[in-house]
Amino acid sequence: MTPEQSLVAYILRLGDNALVLGQRMLELVAAYPELEEELANANFALDYIGQARMFYSYAGELEGAGRGEDDFAFFRPEHEFRNLLLVEQPNGHFGDTIVRQVLFDVYYLALLEALTRCSDQRLAEIAARAEKEVRYHLRHCGQWLVRLGDGTEESHSKAQQSLDELWRYTGEMFAADALDHALLTSFDGPDLGAIAVEWQKDIGAMVEEATLTIPQETHMASGGKQGMHTEQFGYLVAEMQSLPRTYPGAAW
Amino acid sequence: MVEPTVNRDTILGWLADVPDPEIPVLTITDLGIVRDVECDTGVVVSLAPTYSGCPATEVIESSVIAALEDRGIANVTVKRVLSPPWTTDWISDAGREKLREYGIAPPERGGSKRALLQGQRRIPCPRCASENTELVSEFGSTACKASYRCVDCLEPFEYFKCI
Repeated sequence: MTPEQSLVAYILRLGDNALVLGQRMLELVAAYPELEEELANANFALDYIGQARMFYSYAGELEGAGRGEDDFAFFRPEHEFRNLLLVEQPNGHFGDTIVRQVLFDVYYLALLEALTRCSDQRLAEIAARAEKEVRYHLRHCGQWLVRLGDGTEESHSKAQQSLDELWRYTGEMFAADALDHALLTSFDGPDLGAIAVEWQKDIGAMVEEATLTIPQETHMASGGKQGMHTEQFGYLVAEMQSLPRTYPGAAW
Repeated sequence: MVEPTVNRDTILGWLADVPDPEIPVLTITDLGIVRDVECDTGVVVSLAPTYSGCPATEVIESSVIAALEDRGIANVTVKRVLSPPWTTDWISDAGREKLREYGIAPPERGGSKRALLQGQRRIPCPRCASENTELVSEFGSTACKASYRCVDCLEPFEYFKCI
């Protein structure tokens, strides 16, 4: 791959993470038991979908093959999505949803911060836009993590269980592959080693404040970055793509 | 082609009449999202999107095109500019005053840095100016607003969040 091709693939991957997490959150729209959280979730989901659109549009322009945001979101098969396994995990109960969000957002925020300093101007601009939003999400979800962890006995044990179960999907975030290397060397992109250190420090502090315990070292699942996904992902893609695939070219 | 009498300032003046679809008391100029107008072979209006997922972005773009078409300018392109990113600091002083009169507490200045940190500051009530107010919900009727209540005059009000 040339550096330019790597850049396209890397930006698509950013779009995939944002889209898939946004789609998971959209599954919860109108299902929250409480109005404030309903609005928070819907607003956050919209931010991720908006970010996915910016990443996809830019990737399409760079690729120059006439593909746009809808082609990437709705007309690619499951294995062409390169999102992290973490973001495709099902919503589960509220504790699962919050822990997934915190684990991803701390990583995503550090990644976006690093991308604002990359040498590709447009990517840096998109990252600067998205970073402000993710910071706001993290503030909200971080408070929930503390409330759940330091709440009742039941909320504490459920949050700890969510953390234990989702922990295995966090290793993949920092396992640098060829695309991560290409971004780092050709575009002054993020250094995943440095981001891992920052992530461990921030997650450690948040988990401690929530009176939870960082899980012991465990086998880390991976494959999302290579297009090998967990079983639940197929259902997400099928639902997300059903309308445009059933009625190609459908418009409002 | 643009008529010779139409220049950049004329167009900026017209854009100052285009309302924000979600808070119509504000114009897009008050909101600080009109970044540039170029008149060459056509008119290119540069707009900065607010939130990535703001559903109003596309409505605003079509309102801009419609507003200029109404004045006889057919060749209008809207360009999205991301840099520098929009923050609530781009809302003009006139815009802030309009928000307050409308009953929405305007965002604090310097929001992009401070508001994202943990602390919550006192938000003055837009009706009685009391600082004795409390947060009801971080999330309001639109992505950009939070809900507050004034403890003195008991009026609920919305606060335009800083980002």
